[in-house]
Amino acid sequence: MKIPETRGSISSALFAALAKDPETAGAELDGLYQLAAGHLAGTGDIIGDEDIQLSLFCLYELHYSGLDGVSDGWEWEPDLIRVRRLIEEPFEAALRAAARQAAGNFELPAGVAMTSDAVADVLFGLAATETGPSVSRYVAKKASVDQLKEFLIHKSVYQLKEADPHTWAIPRLTGRAKAALVEIQADEYGGGRPERMHSALFARTMRGLGLDDSYGAYLDAVPAVSLASVNLMSLCGLNRRLRGAIAGHLAIYEMTSSQPNRFYGNGFRRHGFAADITHYFDEHVEADAVHEQIAGRDLAGGLVEAEPSLLADVLFGATAVMAIDSRLSAHLMSSWEAGETSLRAAAPAAA
Amino acid sequence: MNSEQQRTGVDQESAAGSIVVCPDGPLIVRGEFEIVTPSGDAVPRERQTVALCRCGASAIKPYCDGTHKMIKFRTEPPAG
Repeated sequence: MKIPETRGSISSALFAALAKDPETAGAELDGLYQLAAGHLAGTGDIIGDEDIQLSLFCLYELHYSGLDGVSDGWEWEPDLIRVRRLIEEPFEAALRAAARQAAGNFELPAGVAMTSDAVADVLFGLAATETGPSVSRYVAKKASVDQLKEFLIHKSVYQLKEADPHTWAIPRLTGRAKAALVEIQADEYGGGRPERMHSALFARTMRGLGLDDSYGAYLDAVPAVSLASVNLMSLCGLNRRLRGAIAGHLAIYEMTSSQPNRFYGNGFRRHGFAADITHYFDEHVEADAVHEQIAGRDLAGGLVEAEPSLLADVLFGATAVMAIDSRLSAHLMSSWEAGETSLRAAAPAAA
Repeated sequence: MNSEQQRTGVDQESAAGSIVVCPDGPLIVRGEFEIVTPSGDAVPRERQTVALCRCGASAIKPYCDGTHKMIKFRTEPPAG
């Protein structure tokens, strides 16, 4: 991925360090750590912090496709992992606080071991409580072509590597939960046909609207909360202790997908875009109606049956994605209803 | 049959497929099978494991599109 524009002192210091070899960047890394520690002590809203979310996104990217011109040796550099963990700790705390709020007065049945069916029930129940502003209805009925492009740009940060963060969890699971995740992921990755990978279908939709489909092309355009939604997945995917959370995340993600994707497709059809461009959305209407059953019952439910102590984290992952999604939706809707762009000012024009 | 199969009477290893009856939801069908129209033509199928609509409200029948959740489809009679 192309290294993005900096968004403050931490991302500047990070990119300055990454420009060197890991062996010769000791001073830069110390400086970066001190800078990040000082900044974190003073930030009131880490989820909306542009500098922090961009830095964390780039730190995680070293584990995915890497950063252009940056040595692969950085991936497991202890002093850089130390910086990542420094950021991850308050980020996770903020996510847990937001997740608790999203859960509202939802209470678990106390003192009983939950069956996989009961876990699926709880997750479907949570997904049904989602009451945030409806981006999908706006896209279906009102969004202009420029707003459709903005919508794709926000999504592109994740959808061009769709499914990758959850794949980290496969070797951390066993038995029924593992088989379930592999079954879902095989479908996400096109069942052996690269042109049918969901990320490839999304790229086709982007090209259909004249957008650049190279990974990270619009990173500079998306605000912190869009990056935070992907950082949440990377945090839960890359930390084995959070395997319950990544399972819960995927379950809610699938459970809140089929109907919105139908609306998204309708929005693109309304502007005359053809079936090859709406295919990405149409595919998700059908695929996610399968995946939500498997993710709720076999993945999340199977995991809780095997490891009952992970129930709380399953619910954390589930409610965290609801909290972040509703914050992103609120940002999109307030921008569009005010007739403004939802992208960052410094962004390359969407049109 | 091995001893496990003798006990259960089901040869799980060689079962050609399975149908999962999802509470308040679709039928998840796995394994080797064909979906055909009454005249025997293949119904387009894009994935190995499918969810078949059983609430009747899907817009993409025979497949499920999650609409059962909107119409509060229930597969069990109400308690009491």
